[in-house]
Amino acid sequence: MATAVQTVERENYLNSNYGIKSWLLTTDHKRIAVLYLISITAMFWLGGFFAMMIRLELLTPAGDLVSSDTYNKLFTMHGIIMVFFFLIPAVPAVIGNFVVPLMVGAKDMAFPRVNLLSWYLYMAGAITALTAMVTGGVDTGWTFYTPFSTTYSNTHVIGAAIGIFIAGFSSILTGLNFIVTIHRMRAPGLTWRRLPLFCWSNYAAAIIMVLGTPVIAITLLLVALERAFHIGIFDPRLGGDPILFQHLFWFYSHPAVYLMILPGMGVISEIVACFSRKRVFGYEFVALASIAIAVFGFLVWAHHMFVAGISVYAALVFSLLSYLVAIPSAVKVFNWTATMYKGSISYNTPMLYAFGFIGLFTVGGLTGIFLASLGIDVHVHDTYFVIAHFHYVMVGGGVMAYMAGLHFWWPKMTGKMYPEAWAKLSALLVFVGFNTTFFPQFILGYMGSPRRYHAYPPEFQVLNVLSTAGASILAVGYVLPMIYFLWSLRYGKDAGPNPWNATGLEWMTSSPPPTHNFDETPVVTWEAYDYEHQPQEEITVGH
Amino acid sequence: MAEHKEETGSVGHIAPAKLYVAIWAILMALTLTTVLVSMVDIGPMNVVVALVIATIKGTLVVLFFMHLRYSPKLTMATVIAAMFWLFLLLSLTMTDYLTRAWSTSPGH
Ligand code: HEM
Ligand SMILES: [Cu+2]
Repeated sequence: MATAVQTVERENYLNSNYGIKSWLLTTDHKRIAVLYLISITAMFWLGGFFAMMIRLELLTPAGDLVSSDTYNKLFTMHGIIMVFFFLIPAVPAVIGNFVVPLMVGAKDMAFPRVNLLSWYLYMAGAITALTAMVTGGVDTGWTFYTPFSTTYSNTHVIGAAIGIFIAGFSSILTGLNFIVTIHRMRAPGLTWRRLPLFCWSNYAAAIIMVLGTPVIAITLLLVALERAFHIGIFDPRLGGDPILFQHLFWFYSHPAVYLMILPGMGVISEIVACFSRKRVFGYEFVALASIAIAVFGFLVWAHHMFVAGISVYAALVFSLLSYLVAIPSAVKVFNWTATMYKGSISYNTPMLYAFGFIGLFTVGGLTGIFLASLGIDVHVHDTYFVIAHFHYVMVGGGVMAYMAGLHFWWPKMTGKMYPEAWAKLSALLVFVGFNTTFFPQFILGYMGSPRRYHAYPPEFQVLNVLSTAGASILAVGYVLPMIYFLWSLRYGKDAGPNPWNATGLEWMTSSPPPTHNFDETPVVTWEAYDYEHQPQEEITVGH
Repeated sequence: MAEHKEETGSVGHIAPAKLYVAIWAILMALTLTTVLVSMVDIGPMNVVVALVIATIKGTLVVLFFMHLRYSPKLTMATVIAAMFWLFLLLSLTMTDYLTRAWSTSPGH
């Protein structure tokens, strides 16, 4: 299929015009996606560097590599960068930006300029936060808990908080654009019931971005104001309440964890259907599960506060509601599995990542249930068990899905195929490296090893060494794609419009797509994932 | 598809000037009420009254001055969703604050 027939280069979004200015002033959703891709990749490496420093410190029980103060700054900056400047924008702002308008058959997002503005806000926020880090760092943890953050910390809390505040608006604008685009810009015939699940899940994520982000933004602003002017929101001496901060913080930040996973779930739905050659089992349920996750996600936040001094009755309510969120999550996992059942499965890289996602997300989700039960949480709260839990969902789930999507749509974004054999190897390395890094942390946490310390008792060393070794494997697994993706830009085989023989409007235009996406507006007369009625052609690329 | 057209906005809707004046008068009257009530000590009810009046005023501004009343359903839904989310934030937070004193753990 990839035997390049295109000899004359067709006009596309990459070659339509050149020069820095044509990129920095672009309103093309595809170019903005590329801008985001470059920026979040840089942030990923920076966050990854901090992670490696953390793991190296933990190689030995003694706190010998860095001081405890430096260690506090390392995990804080790792968390802030990875959460706010990498994972939250990763799937929506890169893959969603590129693919959603194509999927709905539109020429662009509903508000192309606002889309560009969102990237500039992201950059402004990132630069502000980085400045705070370079000029001395922050040591509060990514959670900014009061009263430490407002009163006792001697680091650059205000700078970091304002950076996140600004980046929050970028997130709100992206969400707004998704909502309006999906409501207003769908091609004729593309009803809600025919909408690809990736659009549904980005829509759900957009609800969280628009309705949740203002709360974290204003909360961090209150922290900054209390620090600067002692206004008495969180400080009991001034009539405030430090636990109020946790309520406000987690009102956004629990939904935010779904914000990080929902678009990824959409990626997985696309890939599982394509590489099983089947319609997603229970399409409506998967679509509505996204909305349910977005809404229920707002009802569980205090499960982060069980031992913080909230009332026992509130804890009961939130524990119960937390179990509720597991239901729509499980619906998705079961339906992906059912989609694969009796499908004709091919094991290309995106599918390997999707397998990884399903397994690791399930472990992460189930351990979430452990944590949501009051008795167990008292024991494992603030231990490595929690660290393992959220890395299983965020890295095992979120980052895996991002990698899956990047491989799946890379041919569309660049017109080139990545080298399949190398990609499979790196998918394997990521899976093995990930589990070696984080599985031991479940055991460490269960045995009582607390998080956020730079030293630990000697009996925990074996598991920590294992974890650090795994992190090195994981790092190789992430460096490889970086190299072969760049390599493929020059040497990759031409992908053609539809290398995976996939359904979906994005595959019906050339790769890379022309600036206006489609030569004529597509008219949709078929259901989503109509694989059963497609020619049962094997996927030929990359074997 | 029907969905595409039905939500088009009411660009250029013009409400009678009399209505605007009436709303303005009500807002002024409510402001006066707030000021007057603040001079009477009715304990914790002072805050409640002030907030209720402020909410009514806000609603009037959004409905009439910001044209929500004449806006497409999607805009309405957006505003209602925002209010609903605020309600979730306040009410679920209150499950903590209102019941903290009930705890009868030993040592209290
Ligand atoms: C299946 C549903 C889930 C449940 C029931 C759940 C439950 C929990 C609970 C109870 C905690 C608090 C543990 C403690 O601090 O003692 C927690 C922590 C956390 N979870 Fe989950 N979780 C779920 C899914 C997720 C997902 C999908 C993500 C991210 C993609 C995630 C990310 C996190 C993070 C980041 C933390 C730790 C935050 C911190 O203290 O730094 N969780 N989870
Ligand atoms: Cu949570």
